[in-house]
Amino acid sequence: MPQLDQLSACPSCAEPLEEGDRFCGACGADLEAAAAAAAAAQSSPAPRSDVPPAPRHAPTLPDGLAAAPPSGHGSPPPPPPPPPAAPPVPPAPPAAAAPPAQAPTPTEPDFALPPALGHPETPVEPTAPAGTPAPAPAGPDPRTALDRPGQPGAVADGGGGAEEPAAAGPEPTGPVCVACGTGTIDSDGYCEHCGHKQPRDRDHMESALDTVAAASDRGLRHHRNEDFFAIAETTTSEGTPATFAVICDGVSSATRPDEASAAAAAAASASLCQALPSGRHPQQAMYDALVAASDAVNELAAQTPVEPSKNAPACTVVSALSADGILTVGWIGDSRAYWVPDDRTATPARLTEDDSWAAQMVAAGLMNEAEAYADPRAHAITGWLGADAYEIDPHTASFKPDQAGVVVVCTDGLWNYAESAQEMAAAVPRDALVRPLQSAQHLVGYALDGGGHDNVTVAVVPFPAPSGGAGSA
Amino acid sequence: MANFAKSNAPRFSVDVYQNEYLPEGAQEVNAIVTVTSTGGGTTGGLPLPVTDPARAPLGDGGSAAVVVMVDCSGSMDYPPTKLRNARAATAAAIDTLRDGVRFAVVAGTHKAREVFPGNGTLATADPLTRAEAKDALRGLSAGGGTAIGTWLRLADQLLGSADVAIRHGILLTDGRNEHEEPGQLRDALEACAGHFTCDARGVGTDWEVKEVTGIASALLGSADIVADPDGLAADFTRMMENAMGKEVADVALRLWTPQGSRIKFVKQVAPTVEELTDRRTQAGPRAGDYPTGSWGDESRDYHVCVEVPAAEVGQEMLAARVSLILPAPEGGTPQTLGQGLVRAVWTDDMVATTSINPQVAHYTGQAELAQVIQTGLELRKAGDEEGATAKLGRAVQLANASGNADTAKLLSKVVDVVDAATGTVRLKAKVAEADEMTLETRSTKTVRVKR
Repeated sequence: MPQLDQLSACPSCAEPLEEGDRFCGACGADLEAAAAAAAAAQSSPAPRSDVPPAPRHAPTLPDGLAAAPPSGHGSPPPPPPPPPAAPPVPPAPPAAAAPPAQAPTPTEPDFALPPALGHPETPVEPTAPAGTPAPAPAGPDPRTALDRPGQPGAVADGGGGAEEPAAAGPEPTGPVCVACGTGTIDSDGYCEHCGHKQPRDRDHMESALDTVAAASDRGLRHHRNEDFFAIAETTTSEGTPATFAVICDGVSSATRPDEASAAAAAAASASLCQALPSGRHPQQAMYDALVAASDAVNELAAQTPVEPSKNAPACTVVSALSADGILTVGWIGDSRAYWVPDDRTATPARLTEDDSWAAQMVAAGLMNEAEAYADPRAHAITGWLGADAYEIDPHTASFKPDQAGVVVVCTDGLWNYAESAQEMAAAVPRDALVRPLQSAQHLVGYALDGGGHDNVTVAVVPFPAPSGGAGSA
Repeated sequence: MANFAKSNAPRFSVDVYQNEYLPEGAQEVNAIVTVTSTGGGTTGGLPLPVTDPARAPLGDGGSAAVVVMVDCSGSMDYPPTKLRNARAATAAAIDTLRDGVRFAVVAGTHKAREVFPGNGTLATADPLTRAEAKDALRGLSAGGGTAIGTWLRLADQLLGSADVAIRHGILLTDGRNEHEEPGQLRDALEACAGHFTCDARGVGTDWEVKEVTGIASALLGSADIVADPDGLAADFTRMMENAMGKEVADVALRLWTPQGSRIKFVKQVAPTVEELTDRRTQAGPRAGDYPTGSWGDESRDYHVCVEVPAAEVGQEMLAARVSLILPAPEGGTPQTLGQGLVRAVWTDDMVATTSINPQVAHYTGQAELAQVIQTGLELRKAGDEEGATAKLGRAVQLANASGNADTAKLLSKVVDVVDAATGTVRLKAKVAEADEMTLETRSTKTVRVKR
């Protein structure tokens, strides 16, 4: 789990920091270095003081554990003043879901984030099983989280993390097995009565920011979730907001696919957060992020003991970035991005081209799409991140949509059930533009209803980025 | 001498080899559990880790006691070399005793008689007692019958008189247990099981393989044939060295299974096949202990087969938790020496579910090998040549395929191998009795997976 973090106070002397500070005003500590050290996925603070902070979120655990409470640098409002209040949303059906540790619904002009700095995940981590809402296979319910109306303003000024004490969720008794409800859980994560494996933190994850949201689920047929995602908001060098989502799908036949996807998503996210504010061209930044993700996975291979029967850690990656009215996508492998216009009479489009056997067959004109995807080899990927990839070939593309819409970024766990752009558009809720998280949850549920044969991860990136008054959730 | 580079406390490691992936609806989980203990056998008699104050060593080597049971029935005089060799072998074994080890010698006929030290207790090994014991051996003479149960009961009584961690017996017989009812031997074995471990040897060819292997099996020791009495001394020395190498006794293999699951079978599969399923003692609501005896520097493999409730694809459960348990005195909390997990993961990935774990496949074959040898020899004795040829042919095939060269060699003395790969064999017209008994006694010996 990457720790995405930004500093709101100097790590050396605890002096409150101004957003954009590169060095601590009190002790002179190098904040960029500190921030880099503090987080697996870090970014340099925005270079200019008039630039809004760059909140970034790692996935939220199902019980609302914040993987990465972001923190603003504590000051000015983002250029488009955020909506006055979080839109009231019906409470999540399963009340068992603990309140989210992050409710990125900044409601104050003064930029603030709910579980601000100083709200580490440590207090809640050990209690994870207690708050775990449901047995893993019960994935479909869009439980969570951000749509809890009770989130009191979700404001945490400066660095007060105290506003979210409830985030740990109810934990009156020791964890009890989700399958039989009788046994307690042993140190290996199995029920001491019926032996069932307890849900892992990663089985279901959700996260949302103002301008992007994502959800991920283990699915119904796989025993763990090997997908991972990262979403973040940052700024370009001009100070305009930039939003992106990164999704990675671990290759099951490889060793540690879950770690590969987590490392790749974190590295790509960190790379983009670094590159965009420093003025790098979005498409170049995207390319660099894919390379950074690849490096991260390769590094994993170096630490992995060689298992001759298994391949080196590997995963796919896809990312969509919305900045300055331009959509930039980048990918390696068969995870996809779709453009779904808000006006459903307009034509949706798939923005990526799979690195897969089927896609290559179609591209080479050897088969038509129907034939190719009916072949058992269809899903064999021909490009991936990993030490045993022959040579990575990062694909990037930029688009300038002439109307509003959303980008759906997803793994094959979703698009297997909505392959064409038309099918995908039909599956996307009508209000996707204003309710990205609910849309991501809905799409995850759509895949689970379809059979949930694979891990499913979806990010929804509204375009253009919702600005003030849009009432984003 | 103490080897300070190595830990004095034996360390147990537990490795589980299995294919945890099951297709939808499957209910059987197979795993090979490899238990390795290191650090024990080479302490050269250093005190045991104090896991049991009641058994705290008395001094160098004082943590072990051994009783040698020598058959002195009348048949030991035919030929007279048998008793002579038995005497020499016992003397060699006594020479192998470390100073401080408690020991005794029992002469076995239709009743058991203490030969040394002779006062109902054990002697403590030192140069003087060793010499006295060897003197006493000269007094051994052949005459009388064979009632092995009485020998074991006397050994049990002697070993029970000493406050030691390792209790071991060495039993030598040359004939059938003719002078007591089979039930009496069975009762004696039941009474002794868990009190001490015992290696059993048959010398010559007039003894019953099932009796000797049964004793070793019940008392968690080894069984073998010493067809040529000249080989006895070397064999006794080896057995005694092995016994001296033991550092931890009464270790149990504990299997925990979740609600709704059931152990189908548990067997030791290396170094020999030993069925353990019926030797379970309940340890808590869902756990059972299976005896493994005493351990030195060694490694053994166990095949565990668990039946679990069927589950849907995507589910994962713990099918069994395997641990090595050292019981504490007076019902204290037993010490866990090591543990491993047997898992079950249901998936629709055909490639994952259809692959058989090589270890499981190998030992399934080794267990079948032991089985077909025993059945084949029985059929042969019963005059069913066709059946015997089929079984022994299969044995040749299995031994060949698994690289069990020792067993293959023993088989080739009983059958003419036409084609080992297909298991085509012809029964030999004339087979030396010793060869047949050797094959039967050693049929349970296995080899480990070829690397």
